[in-house]
Amino acid sequence: MKEYSKERKLLQGLALNDSRDIDTIYRENFGLVQTFITQNNGTFDDARDVFQEAMLVLYEKSKDPEFSLTCQIKTYLYSICRRLWLKRLQQQNRYSHPVEGFEDLVPVEEEIEAKEKLDNDFDTMENAMRNLGEPCKSLLEAFYIQKKQMVDIADEFGYTNADNAKNQKYKCLMRLKKLFFAQYSK
Amino acid sequence: MDDLLLLDKVERYLRNEMNEVEKTEFELLRNNNPDIDQLVVDQHAFLNQLEKYGQQKEMKHLLHQTHSRLLEQNLISPAAAPAKPATVIEFWKRYKRTIAVAASIAGVTALSISAAMQLFAPKASQGYLQNLSKKVNALENRQNAQNQKINQLITSPNSKIPETEQLSAGTSFLIDGDGYLATNFHVINEASTLVVVNNGHEYIAKTVYTDVTNDLAILKIEDKDWKSVSHLPYGIRKNNADLGEELFTLGYPRNTIVYNRGYLSAGTGYNDDSLSIQLSISANPGNSGGPVLDKNGNIIGILSTRDRQSDAVVFATKAVNINKAIEEMRKNTEFKDLQIPSKTSIRNMDRVDQIKKLQDCVFMVKAY
Repeated sequence: MKEYSKERKLLQGLALNDSRDIDTIYRENFGLVQTFITQNNGTFDDARDVFQEAMLVLYEKSKDPEFSLTCQIKTYLYSICRRLWLKRLQQQNRYSHPVEGFEDLVPVEEEIEAKEKLDNDFDTMENAMRNLGEPCKSLLEAFYIQKKQMVDIADEFGYTNADNAKNQKYKCLMRLKKLFFAQYSK
Repeated sequence: MDDLLLLDKVERYLRNEMNEVEKTEFELLRNNNPDIDQLVVDQHAFLNQLEKYGQQKEMKHLLHQTHSRLLEQNLISPAAAPAKPATVIEFWKRYKRTIAVAASIAGVTALSISAAMQLFAPKASQGYLQNLSKKVNALENRQNAQNQKINQLITSPNSKIPETEQLSAGTSFLIDGDGYLATNFHVINEASTLVVVNNGHEYIAKTVYTDVTNDLAILKIEDKDWKSVSHLPYGIRKNNADLGEELFTLGYPRNTIVYNRGYLSAGTGYNDDSLSIQLSISANPGNSGGPVLDKNGNIIGILSTRDRQSDAVVFATKAVNINKAIEEMRKNTEFKDLQIPSKTSIRNMDRVDQIKKLQDCVFMVKAY
């Protein structure tokens, strides 16, 4: 039970971007994934990319109040990484029977599907942001992502008052929306 | 309504920044105007999307930082992927309970199998060959001792069986009517007292000659009850028996004499030993020292050992060794009259009659 509560604490920390907890999870689980990937046609950098993708899946899960991990973090991360890597090998026609140890595995099909949607949304938003250009991009990021106060933003960006900044922000947001949804209607 | 103003209202509504009056008013507006309602829903979804994007971006950044930091601190390393042993350790950690259970089951199984082997396998003594003398275990000894006491009390008040532990039992046969018997050395080895038994009569005997190499011993009955036999029915064959020749034996694997027959399966013994022969015959502990006879009643060998690994592979010391032993003994004046029969007198008898003649000359040996 001690192990279980320790893992829950780690997940809570992850959800709050606690760098100590992220460090711990990273340190304790990366090696296993590294071994698997380097033993299966991958490099250290491949391992890094795949592991970080899995961490992002876990991160999304950790923020969900409904979510509770039914297995060890290690098992969860390893299962996702394994699935992601084998899929990648398959896409590159480099797939062969995986070489692996005796790690536990859990089914992660749902996670992989959700991850694809997440990736897709992320890429779409990133494209839209890139096309939006400055200062709109920074203005939106400051308000919606960094959650800065309108007064500070006005000051930072050089608007004469917060209302002007706010109006500009809305205009930017409407443009971003257009750019974002334009990609879906393509 | 101004788009920007509307958007601001939507956002403030979503952020729960409106006061009660404003909120009621807006909800009414939302209710009555499907377009505005849709706008609220869209805006909510989009802002969530944006927020998620921001969080993901932030987390990606954090993960990159973490990676670099751990790499710097040498807590992860491109070279340090030798986790093969680590995998084994992981495996061990994970399955040690299972392994422990499996190991104990294996252990118990192994123990029960070896116990079963002990029970059912032929008695073990040396290597692949098993002497066919009967090692008597402590339990039997005690039982025998009790029986002897009872016998002493009830039937034979002057039994010759000493009250010490019996070491082994085997078979022997007369080679001279004056009470000289041939048997295996391993039957009488380490014995302090020898008792030979025939047809319920017990006689004290002593060892007068041993040939350890050929596993041969000559005993002499030294007992006042012993009456010399004037004529032995069998002879000792001088030439070698032929492959496939029918043979038979008499011995005491039990307390009564037992007959068995077989054939010569090889002219040499274990590991090509030319001083012995291989027989295919059924033999058991207690048969050691028993005579092996051809169909005419000539002794061709002394039954000695069997192959543990094969069924019915039995070895016998060649009879020629008995002749050699006797010649050796005759050099001593005490044994100069030792006479070994060279001719069989049961040649043309059927087996039943042959055995009737033979069984008076085959003795059980009890070594104490």
